[in-house]
Amino acid sequence: MPARERPISPHLQVYRWQIGNSLSILHRLTGVGLAVGLLALCYWLVSLAGGQQSYATAIRMFASPVGLIVLIGWTFAFLYHLLNGMRHLFWDVGYGFERTQRHLSGWFAVLGATGLTVCVWALIWRLTP
Amino acid sequence: MAEFSLPANSKVRKDGRVFKAAAGAKNVRVFKIYRFDPDSTENPRLDSYEVDMDACGPMILDALIKIKNEVDSTLSFRRSCREGICGSCAMNIDGKNGLACISACADVKHDIKIYPLPHMPVIKDLVPDLTNFYAQYASIKPWLQTRTPAPPDGERLQSKEDQEKVDRPSACILCACCSTSCPSYWWNSDRYLGPAALLAAYRWIVDSRDEAAGERLDYLEDPFRLYRCHTIMNCTEACPKDLNPAKAIGEIKQMMAHRRY
Repeated sequence: MPARERPISPHLQVYRWQIGNSLSILHRLTGVGLAVGLLALCYWLVSLAGGQQSYATAIRMFASPVGLIVLIGWTFAFLYHLLNGMRHLFWDVGYGFERTQRHLSGWFAVLGATGLTVCVWALIWRLTP
Repeated sequence: MAEFSLPANSKVRKDGRVFKAAAGAKNVRVFKIYRFDPDSTENPRLDSYEVDMDACGPMILDALIKIKNEVDSTLSFRRSCREGICGSCAMNIDGKNGLACISACADVKHDIKIYPLPHMPVIKDLVPDLTNFYAQYASIKPWLQTRTPAPPDGERLQSKEDQEKVDRPSACILCACCSTSCPSYWWNSDRYLGPAALLAAYRWIVDSRDEAAGERLDYLEDPFRLYRCHTIMNCTEACPKDLNPAKAIGEIKQMMAHRRY
């Protein structure tokens, strides 16, 4: 019998962040973010149903600096989750497990999501009177 | 349920002992090593050892042996072959699991931090308790299972191509670097088999001489045993033998899908 209960060795606290585990946790975080974003989408729809005044309040909120930052964050979360979800689909059918494939597709998801977010918001910027 | 922080008895104290290098040493590197003494009531701590690299071999294991021989004989770690084939000296080096004997000190740029394999019960210092890990390996029945009688005049033969399917996965040395690098395994090692056991299962499933693939897949068909793999791929990044447990698990998942539809 051990003299005392055995400690558990450090894990999250010491493990190195690499592209694989970083993007995996980012996939989860963006997934949680999107679930929360769904509530905001519902709020926007409800405000629309509530009439002109409630809709104006909602629009004011989304157009505030904080609102914009959160909206841009959701755009990135959506696009990253979409692209990284494609990586998962490829893995599920047996492709993309080799080292260079994993790393390149990871960068594709991150840079692709960033680039597309910029494009989307540049477009919104141009279309806003 | 996943517990992200360490329990109270496992928190690592930062006020470990410091062992200075001998005066006149020119090429000094600092090794910060996890220490746990089961005979004391104290929490684990991080001890610092200054090592004169001009008088030390190039590998992490060389430094550990030098420290144990010359500085602090109470340091415990497993080692045997010193050439990456026994798997004994698996540990967490500079944040990544690997074998101390084939990891070069020069590949770590800053202070060299060494911990036991992550999220395992620690027996002493760098020696984790691998009982559960071995039991999981045994549970996938890592031996040839047959129904048909063996040929009376010889062995069960297989083609060169069929042998090549098991060549790579057979090279696993069961060092546990992969399983203990996997967050899914950290949170669910009581029910998830982990990459090492699943790679071993794959090795027997694809073996052309084995006749129990169906039963093997039946055993793995479980929300936890197999499907706790979320393709984080720390396992494949960590494997010191350059094997690909993540890919093997992916192929097992595909076999599950194929046999159902």
